[in-house]
Amino acid sequence: MNDLLAARSQMAMSLAFHIIFAAIGIAMPLLMVAAEGLYLRTREEVYLTLAKRWAKGTAILFAVGAVSGTVLSFELGLLWPQFMSYAGAIIGMPFSLEGFAFFTEAIFLGIYLYGWQKISPRAHLLAGLMVALSGVLSGVFVVIANAWMNSPAGFELLDGQPVNVDPIAAMLNPMALSQTLHMTIAAYAATGFAVAGIHAFQLRRDRANLFHRRALAIALVIGGAAALMQPLSGDLSARAVARLQPVKLAALEAHFKTEARAPLSIGGIPDEERGETLYAIKIPGGLSLLAFHDIDARVRGLEEFPRDEWPNTFIVHAAFQLMVGMGTLMACIALWGAISWWRTRRLPEGRWFLRAVVVAAPMGMLAIEAGWTVTEVGRQPWIIQGVMRTAAALTPMRGLVVPFVTFTLLYIFLAAMVVWLLFRQVAASPRLPPDEQRRETKMEDKSVVG
Amino acid sequence: MSAELLAAGAMIVALTFYALLGGADYGGGVWDLFAAGERASKQRALIADAIGPVWEANHVWLILVVVILFTGFPPAFAGIATALHIPLTLMLIGVVLRGAAFTFRTYDVQRDDAQRRWSYVFSVASIFTPILLGLTLGAIASGAIKIENGQVAGGFVRSWLAPFPLAVGCFALALFAFLAAVYLTLETNDTALQDDFRKRALAAGVVVGGLALLVFLLSGAGAPSVRAGLTRSVWAWPLHAATALCAVGAFWSLWRRAYRWARWCAAGQVALILWGWALAQFPYIVEPDITIHSAAAPHATLRLLVVALGLGALLLFPSFYYLFRIFKSK
Repeated sequence: MNDLLAARSQMAMSLAFHIIFAAIGIAMPLLMVAAEGLYLRTREEVYLTLAKRWAKGTAILFAVGAVSGTVLSFELGLLWPQFMSYAGAIIGMPFSLEGFAFFTEAIFLGIYLYGWQKISPRAHLLAGLMVALSGVLSGVFVVIANAWMNSPAGFELLDGQPVNVDPIAAMLNPMALSQTLHMTIAAYAATGFAVAGIHAFQLRRDRANLFHRRALAIALVIGGAAALMQPLSGDLSARAVARLQPVKLAALEAHFKTEARAPLSIGGIPDEERGETLYAIKIPGGLSLLAFHDIDARVRGLEEFPRDEWPNTFIVHAAFQLMVGMGTLMACIALWGAISWWRTRRLPEGRWFLRAVVVAAPMGMLAIEAGWTVTEVGRQPWIIQGVMRTAAALTPMRGLVVPFVTFTLLYIFLAAMVVWLLFRQVAASPRLPPDEQRRETKMEDKSVVG
Repeated sequence: MSAELLAAGAMIVALTFYALLGGADYGGGVWDLFAAGERASKQRALIADAIGPVWEANHVWLILVVVILFTGFPPAFAGIATALHIPLTLMLIGVVLRGAAFTFRTYDVQRDDAQRRWSYVFSVASIFTPILLGLTLGAIASGAIKIENGQVAGGFVRSWLAPFPLAVGCFALALFAFLAAVYLTLETNDTALQDDFRKRALAAGVVVGGLALLVFLLSGAGAPSVRAGLTRSVWAWPLHAATALCAVGAFWSLWRRAYRWARWCAAGQVALILWGWALAQFPYIVEPDITIHSAAAPHATLRLLVVALGLGALLLFPSFYYLFRIFKSK
């Protein structure tokens, strides 16, 4: 394994690991706060139990997210010092703001987790809201920096060096809005579905358990709403890519030939040598319609770009299909749940629906991983699109396979431990006394839940 | 004052807070390992209660140092991250294991063997990480990291695998353990526990003194220009006098069991040591090739960074005050 590949692998592995915890760190506080807010309004004990249980899970996941995020902030320099030297002044700003958002998040999470008995219920809920808000901001700032790598702005080039640096313009780069929107919604959808899946699984074995019913309702409302919105932000993202990174669009669609009324390829294997995508289902005009909202639009194919500027089309195309596929399934399940609720005014809890929710549990996280693969691999060979190649940013340090293997083993160990600890937390489902359970279930029939 | 000086000053302030708060969390891990006697499990519980609500917030100071460095002084960040790739990577492994093990211990089964395993990982990582942090700062001060034409010259090992950086690493560990022991006397009303940590604080204070002398002696060959700054500048002797006063004050108040005084003196001592190093190294970020001015980002960036830091501080300090008032007012 050469050093460039080792460094890219280490970065990819670190990001793939961190993004799970980051996404949960964005969305989980909202679930917690929703449960606590419902407790304060209804005074039903079950909501308080739920908020405390979710808080425990969040504590474990947030800690791993915090330390793996620290690793990433150093890895930017450890692996890509030339990139940081070049871009730090232009794009360091959102990272600095993220620092403050992260501070707020950590401070108020400490208050939230350890302060149940120490501050008033209202102040406690407010602390939770601060965590939820600053979590979103943290994510937004980091994604803004990534968006800049895709659509660099806020500087001019003079002899290959950046001049007239404008950090605000860099933050307002053309990809910033679509990427931050897409990622934030993805975090809610993925976390909501993951949580809903866990509680749906428990509910299938223990149908009357009020704890899991309430949990499922909250997770489905948040995850489902996000899953239904995601296609809209996906459309915004796709059109931004079409405009600003045409070669990435061509790769993710496995689109080789420039043509008007370009077809949408579903599935298929891109063959780079022959310049065509085999075994794909082609929908005439579909790509033109999706990328430019015009069925006759001309879409540039890979053939227009030098071969050494193509990303790996197989990986990018496959990852894109996976992301869209997962997202579509999640949106369908969300729609199913919404229709069922609309018709019965009850928590959708049919056997098939619960089964679908269980199956969908990992889909959001898979979609996030696939989406980041599209964004990052799709930008290659560039680290800053059109400005700096990834190879040029690499540290002169050799033997990078050693840290890559070390961090991989470390993260595998951490992942195993997190799964084990969460499994323990989930396995012990709380039960209310039978009387209360029955009364609460009856009450639910009359009231509108979630 | 120019924006780059303000940004550099903010970086040292953030580093000081990291040492005073985050450093003490590492020190807590040290005393977890050395918990002994009939109150060993009470000592561990006290440490866990003291660290639990605050360690993640305290840890963010380190991130702030890093982001100020790479936003305000990008070539300095690139140079440090390149030359010190190995110790920084090792330090990160320590950061990950410390934080993860502490959290896992809190939420794992309360059985002794599981708790003991996580305690062990937590405390060993708490010892390992500050040594590497100190070693990194020692290497930066030593003058052994050479930058030629924007590239790091002189290899990836020699600059940090030397007596001076290693001594600074041990010194940092001793300072953190000292701080933690002093702070822990204020975390309980149990006088027996207070006395346990009082003894530990006094012992750590002696080790700090010994290592300070060792670092100073090694700096003659190990970090000559910082040594020159620390002995020949106008500000040098007043600063040493103030540091010594803090050290003596910390000992005296620990002896008299005036723990609140001891806390302020110990914190003052650590802060003055850091500021003494920063002043002695001024205007260099990395001796001898990178200065605050040569590494400074364009003016537009620095100005915005300073404004952001100022506004951020307005948000940050009240939040920190609230956090500490809830958990640290006993």
